[in-house]
Order: sequence, then structure tokens, then C-alpha cells
Amino acid sequence: MPFNIAKLLENQKKNILELWMKNQLEDEGLREDLITNEELRAQSEELVGSLVANIGAGGSTDLDGDNWSPVIEILGGIAITRARQGFSPRETGKFVYSLKEAILEVLQEQIGDDPKMLFEESRKINRIMDGLTVVTFETFIKGREEVILRQTDEIAEISTPVIRVWDGILALPIIGTLDSQRTQIVMENLLQEIVDTGSSIAILDISGVPAVDSLVAQHLIKTVSATRLMGAECIISGIRPEIAQTVVHLGIDLSSIITKSSLASALAYAFRTLRLEVRKQVVQNK
Amino acid sequence: MILSLSKDNIQVQREQDVVLLRNRVKEVAVKIKMGLLNQTKLITAASELLRNMLRYGNGGTCLVEIVSRGRDNGVRLTFADKGPGIADIPQAMRDGFSTGRSLGLGLPGAKRLVNEFDIKSKVGEGTTVMILKWANG
Ligand SMILES: Nc1ncnc2c1ncn2[C@@H]1O[C@H](COP(=O)(O)OP(=O)(O)O)[C@@H](O)[C@H]1O
Ligand SMILES: [Mg+2]
Repeated sequence: MPFNIAKLLENQKKNILELWMKNQLEDEGLREDLITNEELRAQSEELVGSLVANIGAGGSTDLDGDNWSPVIEILGGIAITRARQGFSPRETGKFVYSLKEAILEVLQEQIGDDPKMLFEESRKINRIMDGLTVVTFETFIKGREEVILRQTDEIAEISTPVIRVWDGILALPIIGTLDSQRTQIVMENLLQEIVDTGSSIAILDISGVPAVDSLVAQHLIKTVSATRLMGAECIISGIRPEIAQTVVHLGIDLSSIITKSSLASALAYAFRTLRLEVRKQVVQNK
Repeated sequence: MILSLSKDNIQVQREQDVVLLRNRVKEVAVKIKMGLLNQTKLITAASELLRNMLRYGNGGTCLVEIVSRGRDNGVRLTFADKGPGIADIPQAMRDGFSTGRSLGLGLPGAKRLVNEFDIKSKVGEGTTVMILKWANG
């Protein structure tokens, strides 16, 4: 009678699952803080089910085949979820490796008396599981990248505060890269704050901007124009010497904009414009 | 003769990649002890060419090299895309010319910021721009 791996695995499905669960639960690194045993069991059961069904269906070990897409989909889903939940790559890898261990253990148990067959079948399982491990990592990394991109967006959103430095004077320290999306947020926040506070001077401080290329310059010019349309004046401060020189070489004309080297000198300028005076108190000795 | 001492090819497909590449360029510039002004010029030129590649060339790759000629060390960047290409290069190199309603200073500005600049383009095939900045250039 020809040996049928599909049938064997199907019969041993429960066994494999139990072994695998045991492997996972025994692991000291199991993240019970991130996943409950029920969830882990549900994920594991689904994966074993579809994996066994698939090995039975085609017998092809080539993961590019269409018939593997359900398994890859389930595994991908698990990997993405784990990336978002904050599992480490090692923990995620362990999830797949320990399944391989479980299947190989069952094979050993069932057909261990026929070394040739055991070798053949183990090799097949190895090839499939290695392929699945690669898929898991690819998807895991994609999941992490998504997390990073989302955080980048969040940082851009929260890192553009508008500060009321004085009655009538607003300051906006910009830190990091001023891309199109960020400029939009900065501009909206600034214009809204000008309306809300009735301020007449806004200081845009770019000490924390690493480079001013023509796009950033265009964004700055746009922001200044919009501020002027609202009836307020916009000063740009914190232009470092190397940035000033670079901007000139690029050929950008900032002469229509009031620029100051530091936030302090911009503030001094704003005080003068508003006819405010800051003086050191003279203490008189009697 | 210019020798290439290290090579690193970086994919650029999204706006987020600009920050990544800028940091990479900064790293190699610091490694060869390029001064702050030259660093800023190089990074700004790179930023222009990257943005062009993303905006007009559908993304592409940037080869980052540390090069040497005699006693001088420098950074050479080669931006290559498989976009629509540029039909009239002298026109694209003119200050203020833009098909994207922006300042039109990217290409001519980048050329002014570096020591060597070379642009090749074929309509329908893509565009390659090479810039080189010497540490003491
Ligand atoms: N990589 C590229 N692929 C195709 N066209 C390009 C590329 N880079 C620049 N161009 C063309 O050259 C013009 C000038 O570019 P540039 O000087 O950077 O100005 P801007 O980016 O403001 O348009 C662009 O408007 C565009 O038509
Ligand atoms: Mg440009």
C-alpha cells in the first residue's frame, strides 16, 4: 500500500496541535501579556487545519502555487497582528519553528521505523515550513513598517505646537523635515491661532529643520503669504549660517521675508514693532 | 583618476525615503570629515534630486559612494529613474523652469551646490543625474 502523508497528517492533526501548543506554552518567553491562551489556541488551530488540508490537497511544496494562498493568508494575518502587538521577531519566529518541531515529532513517531520514508517526508515538511518562515518574516517586517509610518504621522501632528509667547505674538518652533503634509498642518494651526488670539506677529523658528531645499523654501514662502493675508506679519528665525548660504546658492529669494538669525532677535523685533520695551530694572543705592 | 571606496544602492519610492537617504548621505559626509557648509550643500542638492525622482520619475534608486582622487575624498551620488525622461535638458536646467508649478530651482540649484554635475536623460527610458562633492571642495 502506498504511503499517504496527507492521510497521516489528517489523522494526526489533533496530536500535532497538542504537541505544538505544548511547545509554545512551555516556552518561557511566551508573552501572556500580549496574547491569551485561548487566542493562541484559536490561531494555532486555524493554521494547523489549513496547513494539513493543503499538504493533502496538492502535495506541491512550491509556495508560489495558488493552493498555498489560504495558508499564507492566515500566517500573514497572524504575523501582521503580532507585529502590531509588539512581539519580537524571535517570538514570532518561534511560533512557526515550533510547529515544524511538532510535525517532525509526529512523523518520527508514526514512520520512524522506515528511515528512508521518514527522511523523504521530513525533507518535504522542512521545505514547506522554511518557506512559510520566510513569508512570516516578510509580513512581520511589513507590519512593523506600517507601525513606524503611523508613528511618523502622529509625530508630525503633535510636534507643531503654536506657542503664545506674548500678547499678540505667536511662536512656532519647527523641528524635523518640513514636507508638504507637515506644512499643511503647520499652516492650518498657525492661521487658526492667529484668528483665535488676534495676534499680529507670528515667528516661525526653523532652528530644528535640517535642510532647506526649494520645496521647503516654497512652503515657507507660502506660509508667510497666508499669514499676511490674515493681516499678521510672519518672521522666520533660526536660519543657521550654512543654511543661509545654501539657500542663496540654490537661487531662492527670501528678500521679501523678514528673517532673523535667532528666536531672541525675532522676539526683540516683534517687541519693537508692537512698541513694547523690555528693560533691565535699575536698582538705586541710597 | 577617481576611485570608488564604498558603494551603497538605496531604493527611493516614497516621501519618507527622502529622510532616510538624507541621513545616509550625512553619515558618509561626516565619515570623510566634510565640513558643515559642504555637508549642507550636498544634502540640499541630494534632497532636490530625490524629490525630482519621486515627483517626475516615479521613484528610482540612489547610489551612494565615497570616492577618492589623490588626497581628496568626496561623496558621489547617482540618482537613476526609469521615468518619462527629459526632452529638453537645457530648458530643464534653466532657473525658474518647472513643469510642476514649483520654483524650478532644483536642477540648476543642485548644480551650483556641488563640484561636479552630470545629467543624462532619454525620453521614455529615464533620467540619471550624478553629483559629486569633495570634502574640501
Ligand atoms: N527625474 C526627472 N524625470 C523627468 N523630468 C524631470 C526629472 N527631474 C526634473 N525633471 C523636469 O525638469 C524640470 C525642472 O526641475 P527642477 O529644476 O527640479 O524644478 P521643479 O522641481 O521645481 O520643477 C521639472 O519641472 C521636470 O519637468
Ligand atoms: Mg525639483
